[in-house]
Amino acid sequence: MAAPKPRSDLRAELTAARLAALDLPQGGFTAPARADALARLQAMGLPTRRDEYWKYTDPTALTAADASPAAVLVDAEAPVFEAIDRLKIVFVDGVFDAAASDDLSLEGLEISRLAEAGDIHWAQGLYGTLEAKGQIPVARPLAVLNSAAATDGVLIRVTGRVSKPVELIYRHMSEASDAILHHFVKIEPQADVTVLESGPGASRFNTVMEVDLGAHASFHHIRVQGRDHHRRAVTHVFARIASEATFKSFTLTMNGALTRNEAVLDIVGDHATAHIAGATVGDAKTVPFHQDDTVFVTHAGTHCESRQVFKKVLKNGATGVFQGKILVKPGAQKTDGYQISQALLLDGDSQFLAKPELEIYADDVKCSHGSTSGAIDDTALFYLRSRGVPLAEAQALLVLSFLGDAIAEIEDADIAEAITARLEAWLARRR
Amino acid sequence: MLEIKNLHVKLEEEDKVILKGVDLTVEAGKVHAIMGPNGSGKSTLSYVLSGRGGYEVTGGSATLDGAELLDMEPEERAAAGLFLAFQYPVEIPGVGNMTFLRTAVNAQRKARGEPEVSAAEFLKLVRAQAKLLNIDAEMLKRPVNVGFSGGEKKRNEILQMAMLEPRMCILDETDSGLDVDAMRLVADGVNALRDGKRGFLVITHYQRLLDHIKPDVVHIMADGRIIKTGGPELAREVEENGYADILAEVQ
Ligand SMILES: Nc1ncnc2c1ncn2[C@@H]1O[C@H](COP(=O)(O)OP(=O)(O)O)[C@@H](O)[C@H]1O
Ligand SMILES: [Mg+2]
Repeated sequence: MAAPKPRSDLRAELTAARLAALDLPQGGFTAPARADALARLQAMGLPTRRDEYWKYTDPTALTAADASPAAVLVDAEAPVFEAIDRLKIVFVDGVFDAAASDDLSLEGLEISRLAEAGDIHWAQGLYGTLEAKGQIPVARPLAVLNSAAATDGVLIRVTGRVSKPVELIYRHMSEASDAILHHFVKIEPQADVTVLESGPGASRFNTVMEVDLGAHASFHHIRVQGRDHHRRAVTHVFARIASEATFKSFTLTMNGALTRNEAVLDIVGDHATAHIAGATVGDAKTVPFHQDDTVFVTHAGTHCESRQVFKKVLKNGATGVFQGKILVKPGAQKTDGYQISQALLLDGDSQFLAKPELEIYADDVKCSHGSTSGAIDDTALFYLRSRGVPLAEAQALLVLSFLGDAIAEIEDADIAEAITARLEAWLARRR
Repeated sequence: MLEIKNLHVKLEEEDKVILKGVDLTVEAGKVHAIMGPNGSGKSTLSYVLSGRGGYEVTGGSATLDGAELLDMEPEERAAAGLFLAFQYPVEIPGVGNMTFLRTAVNAQRKARGEPEVSAAEFLKLVRAQAKLLNIDAEMLKRPVNVGFSGGEKKRNEILQMAMLEPRMCILDETDSGLDVDAMRLVADGVNALRDGKRGFLVITHYQRLLDHIKPDVVHIMADGRIIKTGGPELAREVEENGYADILAEVQ
C-alpha cells in the first residue's frame, strides 16, 4: 500500500488543478503583476481545511477546480439601491454588460475596465500591490489567485468630490458560472467617493477590491451580497489608509451556502479612521448557510481610530464565523481600536464561532474587543407582545434592534434605509 | 369586568408557590388599589394576568369581560383590552419609541378588525398625548426607554397606555422612583383616562399615589393572598401603621 501523501503535495496538486481549469488572461499593463501573483500562488498554494486561518470555514468549494452549480434566484424584489441616484456598472456572471451599464464617466473620477485597460495605465505599479502587501503576516491565497486570474474589474481613480455613488452590480444568470473580478480604487488626497456593490455575481464568485486612500481622502463602501441560496463567494478588501483619511465599509449578507469576506485594513498615516461593519442573516432551513468575516486591521500611524462591528442572526442550523484582529505596531500611540462581534441565535442548532485577537506593541493605546452570542431576550419579547405586537413581528423588531449597531455604521440615511428595508423583507418572508 | 377567581400560581422551573388563591373583581369604571409588603406577589399577579412566561397557573381563572385571559397569548390579551404598566419598563435599543408605539397601536387595531391609523394622524395623536405628559419630541425619537430616566420611563408607560386605550389598566408601582412633580403628571395622565367605563388596578406601596388617583377599593396582599379589602381609608391605615397590624389582625 502506498504511504499517504504529504500535505504539501496535496496542496500543490490542488493548486495545479485549480490553475489548469483557468484561462489566465495575457498581456496588458497587468502582465507583470499577474506573473508575480502566479509565482506567489504556486509558492504558497491554495488553502485547505487544515490551515489555522481556515479552521472554522472549509475552503474546499472555493478552491476546487470546478464550481458547483447554484440555482439562480428568481427575484421579484426591486434592486436594493434603485432609489439612489448612482452610476451603474453591470457585470453578468462576471462579464461586463455594456447595454445595462451607464456611460463610464462622472465628474471627479476616471473609470476604466481591467479587461480593456491596454498597456499603459495609471494603475500600473498599483494593481496587486495592496493584495501582495496584505499577504503578511497571514497568507490569503484566494486573493493571490484573484490577482493572477481576474478576467475583469474596474479601475477607478478619484480626483475630486464625486456627486453620486458608483455601483457595481453583479447579476447571476447562469447556474454554472464561476467568476473572478478585481477592482482597484485610487482616491487622491482630499478626494471622496462612495462605492456600492450588490448581487450574487456568479455561482462561485471571487472578488478583490484594493483601495488606496490618499491623505484626507474618504471612501464609503456599502455592499449587499446576493440572496441566491446556493451561491458561494470569497471576497477581499485591501485598503491602505493615509493620514486623516476615512475608510468606512459595510456589508449585508443574506443567504448563500458559503461566504468568506476578508478585509485587510492597513492604517499607515496619522489621525486616520477605519470602520468596517457587517450585518448577516442566515437561515439554513433548506440550504446550508455559512458566513465568515475575517478582518485584520493594522495600526502603524498615531492617533488613529478603528472600529469593527459585526452582527449575525443565525437560524435553523446556520453557522457564523468571525475572525478579527487588531495589530498595533510599535510607535502607533494613541490608537483607539474597537471590535465587537455578536450573534443572535434563533435556535439551538445554529452556531457562532469567534476568534477575536489583539496584538499591541505600543503602550499608550485604547483597544477593546468583545464577542457574545445569545438568544432573543425574553423580557423584551414579552414587553412588545404585552403591547399587542404579535410574536413574529415582535421577533422581527428585536432582530432589527440587534442589527442596529451595524446598520448605524452606514452614514448615508437613504442607503441605511435601503438596507433596513432588505432586512425587513427577509424577516417578513420568514414569518 | 376583570374577574380573578381562586388563582394559584407557582414558578415554572421551581417548586415555589407564589399566588395562593387570589380572588379579586374590578368592576367597569372602578379603580382598585393593591398594597402589600415586598415579595407578597403583586408583580407576579400582574405578569400572570398579562401572560408573561415562567409561571405556571395551577388553579383558578382570570377573565376580562367574560373571556378567559389565561388561555390567550400576551398579544391577544392586549388586543382584548388589557394593559400593564411595568414596574421595570424594558429598554429596547435600536427600536424607535415612535415606531414601537405605532406598531403596537396598528397591531391591536388589526387584531380587532379596525383600519390602521395613518402616519400623519398618529403623529398628531402622539404629540398631543406626549405634551400632556411632558414628554418631549426628542424622547419620542429615541429608542424605547434607552437612556430614559426612571421618571421618563414611567411617563412613557402612561403614554403607551393613553395611545392604546385599553379597557383594563394595571399599573405596577408606577409611582416608584418618581418625584412629586412626575407623580402628579402620571396621576393626571391616569385620571384623564378615567371615563367611567375603564377599569384600573393600581399596585403601589405608598398612600401618596392614592392621594392623586383616588381608589374606590383598596386590597392588601400578603404572602400570595388578598388578606383584607376596604375603602380608601385602608390605604391611610397602612400609611400610618404599616402592615404589621393588619397582618397580626388577620392571623
Ligand atoms: N421569575 C421569578 N423567579 C424567582 N422568584 C420569583 C420570580 N417571580 C417572583 N418570584 C418570587 O415570588 C415572590 C413574589 O414576588 P413579586 O410578585 O415580585 O412580589 P411583589 O411585587 O409583591 O414585591 C418573591 O418571593 C419573588 O422573589
Ligand atoms: Mg413588584
